[in-house]
Amino acid sequence: MAVSVDPPQVTQKHLAKMGWTYTFLADPQDQAIRRYDLVDPEAGQGIARPAEFLIDPTGTVRWLDLTDDFRVRTRPETVLATFDRLAAGGGTGGGR
Amino acid sequence: MDRRRNFLPLAGFLVCLLAFVSYFVLFYRFPVTRDVPWANWLLFALGLGLVVAGVRRPFRQPERYRGRWTGATLALLSLLVAGFFAFVTMVGSRQLPASAGAPKVGQKAPDFVLPDPSGRPVRLYDLLGGTAGGAGGAGGTGVAGGVGRASWVVLIFYRGYW
Repeated sequence: MAVSVDPPQVTQKHLAKMGWTYTFLADPQDQAIRRYDLVDPEAGQGIARPAEFLIDPTGTVRWLDLTDDFRVRTRPETVLATFDRLAAGGGTGGGR
Repeated sequence: MDRRRNFLPLAGFLVCLLAFVSYFVLFYRFPVTRDVPWANWLLFALGLGLVVAGVRRPFRQPERYRGRWTGATLALLSLLVAGFFAFVTMVGSRQLPASAGAPKVGQKAPDFVLPDPSGRPVRLYDLLGGTAGGAGGAGGTGVAGGVGRASWVVLIFYRGYW
C-alpha cells in the first residue's frame, strides 16, 4: 500500500500510466504523512520523504527504511526477502 | 594558413550534456543505474576525455587546428555540467529530514484512513490480518483472527507530484 500527497485524481492518472495495482491512497492534507513524521520541508508543498514500512498483522512495525538519499529506495526483492525472514522466524503467524 | 576546425571540444561538451540529461530521462528509471549513477559517470568520463583531447590539439599543433578559446570555454562548461551533476546526485538528493518521530521497529504503526483513487476511504488496520482491533487489540496472533488470514502490509510513502 502506498501514500502520497497527491489528490486522488492525480493518483488515479499515475496508476493508470504506471500500471500499478496496489492500494494507493491520497493524503493531500498530510494527515498520515505528519503522523509518521515524514514531511520533507525542503521539498515543500507537504511532500513526504520517501519511506517504507513493513507492518505485521498486529499493526507492529517490523522493518523500515528511511533512506538518506531520495534517489535510493528499497527494492522490492529486499522487502520480500525481509518479509520471508520475519514471517518465518518471527512467530507472528506468517501468512502471505 | 589552412587550419582545420576543431570539433572535439564541442563533441565532448555535447556528450557531457547527454551524460547529465540521460540520468533524468532514462537511467533514473532503473535501480541498477539510479542508486549509483555509474552509467552517467562513464559518459562524463568519455565527454571530458574528448574535451581534454580537443583543447590540447590547438595548443600543441596551432598550425593545424583553430579554436583555442572556444575549446577552453567548452571545457569550462563541461566541467560545470559535471560538477552540477555531482552536486545534484551527492548533495541535493540527501537533503532529507531526520524524521525522529517516525515509528520505529517494534512500535505500533499509527492507524489512518485515507481515500483511494476512487475516493473510497481505506483504513490501514482494515488491511491487516484478523486482529485489527486498533489500540490494545494486539493480543491476538493474527493467525487466530476470525478471518483466518494474517496479512502484512508494506506501507510506502512517495514524494508524489508526478
